[in-house]
Amino acid sequence: MGNSVPIACYLGLAAVLFCIGISAFLIKRNIITIFMSIELMLNAVNLTFVAFAHEWHQLSGQIFVFFVMVVAAAEAAVGLAIIIAIFRSRETLNVDQINLMKS
Amino acid sequence: MTNSFHLWLIPALPFVGFLLNALFGRRLPKSAVTGIALLTTAISLVLVANIALQHASFSSPHVERVATWIAAGPLHVDFSFYLDQLTLVMLLVVTGVGFLIHIYSVGYMAHEEGYWRFFAYLNLFMFFMLVLVMAESYLLMFVGWEGVGLASYLLIGFYFQRDSAANAGRKAFVVNRIGDFGFLVAMFLMLKHFGTLDIQNVMQHISAHPELQSGLLTGIALLLVLGATGKSAQIPLYVWLPDAMEGPTPVSALIHAATMVTAGVYMIARSHVLFDRSPTALLMVAFIGAITAFFAATVALVQTDIKRVLAYSTISQLGYMFMGCGVAAYSAAIFHLVTHAFFKALLFLAAGVIIHALGDEQDLRAMGGLRHRMPVTFWTMTAGVFAISGIPPFAGFVSKGVDLYATFVSPHDGKILWALGLVTAFLTSFYMFRLWYLAFWGEPRKAPAETHEHHGRREGPWSMLAPVAVLAILSLVGGWIGWPPALGGTDHFERYLEPVFRTEAPTYEQVSIAMAMGQPAADVSLQPAAPPPDLRTERLLTAIEFLVALSGWFFADLLYRRRRDTIAREDAQTGGVYGLLKNKYSIDELYSAIIVQPLTAFARIVLWRGVEEHLVDGAGNVAAESAQGGGQLVRRIQSGNIRSYAGWLALGAAAFLIVVIYLERF
Repeated sequence: MGNSVPIACYLGLAAVLFCIGISAFLIKRNIITIFMSIELMLNAVNLTFVAFAHEWHQLSGQIFVFFVMVVAAAEAAVGLAIIIAIFRSRETLNVDQINLMKS
Repeated sequence: MTNSFHLWLIPALPFVGFLLNALFGRRLPKSAVTGIALLTTAISLVLVANIALQHASFSSPHVERVATWIAAGPLHVDFSFYLDQLTLVMLLVVTGVGFLIHIYSVGYMAHEEGYWRFFAYLNLFMFFMLVLVMAESYLLMFVGWEGVGLASYLLIGFYFQRDSAANAGRKAFVVNRIGDFGFLVAMFLMLKHFGTLDIQNVMQHISAHPELQSGLLTGIALLLVLGATGKSAQIPLYVWLPDAMEGPTPVSALIHAATMVTAGVYMIARSHVLFDRSPTALLMVAFIGAITAFFAATVALVQTDIKRVLAYSTISQLGYMFMGCGVAAYSAAIFHLVTHAFFKALLFLAAGVIIHALGDEQDLRAMGGLRHRMPVTFWTMTAGVFAISGIPPFAGFVSKGVDLYATFVSPHDGKILWALGLVTAFLTSFYMFRLWYLAFWGEPRKAPAETHEHHGRREGPWSMLAPVAVLAILSLVGGWIGWPPALGGTDHFERYLEPVFRTEAPTYEQVSIAMAMGQPAADVSLQPAAPPPDLRTERLLTAIEFLVALSGWFFADLLYRRRRDTIAREDAQTGGVYGLLKNKYSIDELYSAIIVQPLTAFARIVLWRGVEEHLVDGAGNVAAESAQGGGQLVRRIQSGNIRSYAGWLALGAAAFLIVVIYLERF
C-alpha cells in the first residue's frame, strides 16, 4: 500500500460517517436503527484511529481499535438481548413509546 | 500605712450573699435567705466600722491592690481599692443605711413573692455600690457604676408582671445609658491625654501640669457631669427617678434616695482636682444643681402620690449637692449627701410603713388622721420632715445651711444660686409639711369600710420600725458632726474631709480670679486663699434660712390644716400653673415627642419597613426567587428524552470543537 491516499480523506470519510451516525441516532425511532447508528459512530472513530496509527507509524492506535471492536461486540450482544427482551414485553421497538420511567 | 485592711472583703461579702441567694435562694427557707443577706451586709458594716474606729484619721490615703486586671501595653488597670476620708464616709453611709434597709426589708417584703430574688438583688447592689465607692481607677468605678445601674433596673422592675414597673426599669436603664456614654468618653479622653485611668494618677497629672489648658479639662469634666446627671437624676436626665418609684419602697429608700443616686456627687467630689481647674464646668454643675433643685421642688408641690413627692424631693436635694460641688464646696456637698441619706431613707421607710399598713395605698388624698393610728411612724416621719425642711436642730438644717452659705460666698453668680437655693428651701419646707399634714392630720379621708380589713393591723413589725427609729435619731443628730463655727460648733466634718479636698494646685477661686484678669490658668500661683469666713453673714443667712423654712411650714399649715378643703379644690383644678406642675412641666411628653417618638418612628419606618423588610427580607426573597427562576429555566433541558440529551451532547461537542479549532488561531 502506498502513501497515495492523504490522511485528510480518511478523516473526512470518518467525519461523514460519524455525522451520519449522529443524525440517524437523533432522528430514528427504531431501537435497532439507533443501535446500528451507534455502531456506525464507533466505526467512524475506529477509522480515525487506524488512519492516525498509519500516519504516525504507531501501533497503539491499531490496538485501540481492537479494544473498541471487542467492546462493541460485547455491547451488541448485551444490547440485542435487551432489545429482544423489550420487544417481548412491549411489542414495539419505537423509543418514543418506551417511556415507562418518564412522568 | 503598711497593715492591710483586707478591703476586698467589704464588697466581696455582699457578693457572696448575692451568689448564695441567687443560686440556691429558691430552695432555701426564708429564714436562711434573710440570714445570708443580713449577715453578709452586717459583716461588711462591722469591717467598715472597725476601720473607722481604729484608723479614722489617715496620714495618707490607703491603697490596696488585689490583682492586675488589664495590662495591655501602656494601659494598666488594677483591681485595687482606695481608702481615704471621703471613701470612709461613703462606706459608712452605704453599709450603715444599707444594713438598716436590709433589716427593714425583712418586714416589708415578708409576704411578697420572690423574697429570695429581692435579697439577692439587694446584695448585688451593695456589692457594686461598694466597688464604686472604693474603686481606685475610673474603670473600676465604672464597673460599680454600671453594676448599680443593673441592680437598680432589676429592682425597679421587681414586680415585672406589672407593665408600668417593667417600663420604668427600662426607662431608668436607657436614660442612665446616655449618662454612661459621657462617662465612657471622658475615660477615653483621660486615657488618650493622661495615659492612665487611675483616679489619683489622673489628678496628680493635672496638678503637675498647670500648663494644661482648660479646654481639655472642661471637656472631660463636662462629660463626667453628663454621667453624673444620669446617675444622680439631674436635669436633663432626671426623668427616670420619679418612675423608679415603681420598685418596692425599701429599694426607693436605699437605691433611689440614699446611696446610688449620690454616686454622681461622689464622683464629682472624687475628681475635684479636675473640676477645680475648670471654672466653666463647675459653674455648669452649680447651675444644673440649682435649677434642678428649684424645678423638682415645684413639681413636688402638687404631687399626690406620697412616693412621688419624695422622689421629686430627692431630685431637689441632689440638686443642692450638685450646687455645693459646683461652688467647690465639696465637703458641704458630701455633708448634705450624708444627712440626706439619713433623712430621705427615713422618709421613704416611714412612707413604706404607711403604704404597707394601708394595704398598698400611696395616694395622699386617701390618707389623713394617721397620727393616732401610727404614733411611731408619725414621730419618726416628723423627724424626717423637720430635717429635710431645715428646722433646727435637725440634720438638714445644718447641712443645708452649710451648703447655702458656701454658695453665697462663691464669687461666681453665688448670689443667684443662693437665691434659687433659698426659694427651693421654702418650697421644700412647704411640700414636706403638706405631705405631713395630708398624711397624719385631719380626719381619715378614706371611708373606714375601705380600710377596714387593715384597720386592726399593727403599724408594722419591729423589723420595720426599728430601722426607722434609728434613722430618725440619725436625722436628728447626724448633722451635729458638721455644726458650723458660726453657730458655735466646730465643724468636725469639714475638717475631717479637709485632707481629701486640699489641693496643692491653684484653687477654684484663684483660677477664676486669674481668668477674670485675662491670665491663663497656668500662671496662677498660690495666692492668698479666700477671705476668712464672715461669721456674722453666716449667722444672718442661717437665720434667713430658718425663717424661710418656718414660713413654708406656716403656709402648709394654713392651706392643709386650717382649710380642709384645699386638697379637694386642688383636685378640681386642672389648668394654669397648677396643671403645669401637676403634669410635671410635661417634660416626659416633651422628651417623648422630640426624642423617643422620632427614634421609634425612625426605627419603624427606616429600620423596620426599610432595612428590615426591604433590605434584609428583600435580599432573602431575591435569592429565593432567582434560584426558583433559574430552576424554571433549566428544568426544560432535563426533558427525560434521551435523544434530546444526545442532541445537546452533539451540539456541545461541536461547539467545543469550534472553539478549539477556530478561536485558538486568534
